[in-house]
Amino acid sequence: MNPTKLRLIMLGLILLLFLLGFAFPNPHPHFWWQKIPVFDIFFGFFGSILIIVLAKWIGHNWLLKDKDYYDHD
Amino acid sequence: MINLPPAFIYIIGALLIPLVRIRRLQQALALLIPVLAMVTIMQMPQGTYWQMQFLDYDLILGRVDKLSKLFAYIFVIISFFSMIYAIHIKEIGQHVAAYLYVGSTLGVVFAGDLFSLFFFWEIMAASSVFLIWYNRTEASLKAGFRYALVHLFGGAILLGGIVMQVSTTGSTLFNPFDLSTLAAKFILFGFLINAAVPPLHAWLPDAYPEGTITGSVFMTAFTTKSAVYVLARSFAGTEILIWLGAIMALYGVFYAVIEKDIRRLLSYHIVSQVGYMVCAIGIGTEMALNGASAHAFCHILYKAVLFMGMGAVIQATGRRNILDLKGRYLYRKMPITLGLYMVGAFSISAVPLFNGFISKTIIVAAAGVSEMPLIEIMLHLASVGTFLSVGLKLPWGVWFGKPDGSEDEITDLKKTPLNMHLGMGLGALLCIITGIFPDILYKILPYKVDFHPYAPSHVVASLQLLVLTLAGFCLYTDKLMAGRKSISLDTDWFYRTFGRIILEFCLFPLNQFRDSVQSSFANWTTAMASLSKHPYALLEIVWYTLTGQKKTMAELLQRTYDEKDYRLPLGIGVCASLIFLFIYALVYMRVAS
Repeated sequence: MNPTKLRLIMLGLILLLFLLGFAFPNPHPHFWWQKIPVFDIFFGFFGSILIIVLAKWIGHNWLLKDKDYYDHD
Repeated sequence: MINLPPAFIYIIGALLIPLVRIRRLQQALALLIPVLAMVTIMQMPQGTYWQMQFLDYDLILGRVDKLSKLFAYIFVIISFFSMIYAIHIKEIGQHVAAYLYVGSTLGVVFAGDLFSLFFFWEIMAASSVFLIWYNRTEASLKAGFRYALVHLFGGAILLGGIVMQVSTTGSTLFNPFDLSTLAAKFILFGFLINAAVPPLHAWLPDAYPEGTITGSVFMTAFTTKSAVYVLARSFAGTEILIWLGAIMALYGVFYAVIEKDIRRLLSYHIVSQVGYMVCAIGIGTEMALNGASAHAFCHILYKAVLFMGMGAVIQATGRRNILDLKGRYLYRKMPITLGLYMVGAFSISAVPLFNGFISKTIIVAAAGVSEMPLIEIMLHLASVGTFLSVGLKLPWGVWFGKPDGSEDEITDLKKTPLNMHLGMGLGALLCIITGIFPDILYKILPYKVDFHPYAPSHVVASLQLLVLTLAGFCLYTDKLMAGRKSISLDTDWFYRTFGRIILEFCLFPLNQFRDSVQSSFANWTTAMASLSKHPYALLEIVWYTLTGQKKTMAELLQRTYDEKDYRLPLGIGVCASLIFLFIYALVYMRVAS
């Protein structure tokens, strides 16, 4: 399957979920964001990007070391 | 029913396995043990039994209620699946270690007093370390030692807490603790080490990737989840656990993003998933405790499937790093493993119809019901990260991946034994069954369940979260896959670096000090030995000093044998005795006359 077709399917799916979010709102919201029908669309997208970018940045600048880091004498 | 604690069924069974000399019988016995244990547990009535007297204390080996039974069921189920996965292993010691480990975990689960809890707790650590050492690499040897040291340290702290608890309260019963006491703090600390709560968690991602392929599968199930059980039993509603758990859930997720070692990545997701359970225990409501128990049950299943999948990849290819696997289109060669792995991956990611969905969501909902907005958001974010790493990054990197032209071909692919697929398949099947029919699990939870995971709004929200995480992954795939072979620093840095400093301190300054002390003592000993041959040398040195002759002690002591020197002390002694005798005789005669 070519990438353009995949992108279109993906966009269609997101649109469908967007509409379904309005069709089935959370009946027992505890917090204000649970009242937003499409909150999880934004949370999933920006949350995943936040995790990737932040973890990669910390890893690159601090946590990742050479394989023999503990073995050098 | 065998009237024997399930722990002993495994422990005695483990000791019997090497005595059976026919391989088929050995395998049959290894598979029969979990069946016997399962039948026994199913027929065990609730209550307290198998009590015995030890010194002045009561040991209770059978404290049975819904909570202990739930954990016992899943431990036995997973030991059966894991043994099927491992049954082709000819090295029988691995099976013995594994079953001692399973047995001692069941001992912990049914322990009603602190002494038997501690006894089984220590056997768990001592037996499981062999599952790492059996890998027989230098890295596994070292990781095993670190694992053993951390658990011995944790065990010592736990024992300290138990001794304080028993001496202050006079009771050995294993019941909820009052955290205001020092004893309870020590006990909690011991439990938290086994639960791998940061910053006490580094033993887990350090050791589990170094275990044997089959041994690590056993390890994923027992140590951390038995810690979850004891926490649920004795520290439910402890507020600090809420925060520790939520931090833990995110901590594992962030590390998993930067990891390239496939089993180390999964290990960080054990930390993350156990975080949900610890958090739920901290919340402490009936709903949250149900969530923690259900999630432990589901997690044990899907995590075993995931480790089995990655174990199969390592077994087949001999490679364990995403960078050595990506772009080689392994899915063409290992499609069954991929399919079964994905069941585990969808389960951990809480995809509807898979078991993570019916358990993880109880915990997140419990945080909502208990009005904890920040905790709810943290757990929600951890769900995103879980799907990102285990559901997308890992399978993409291992089975697919965009080739960049530098890839070598995997030529010597080993066949995956049928039993490995069967073990994985059974685990995956149970993930799906419990995912589709959650009531099977909900019925055996400690409290009554009033939760409907398949409410339409809930399913839609979950799908929104997952599909948009997929979108985020698609945008950043290259960034996620980029990198070089490296290791990530974690809190084990402290004891590994501190350990090296101690080693260097011992090797150099301390060793030099020992050397100088030893040589000066050796000199003194030599001098004293020589002096004992020439005791008069001391008088002589005084004499030579008074008469102004220059002779050193060493010079006097190092004289060669001269018989006159040896007669002189004797002569003087005899002379002195004769003089004394003469004076005595004179005095005697004077007095007598």
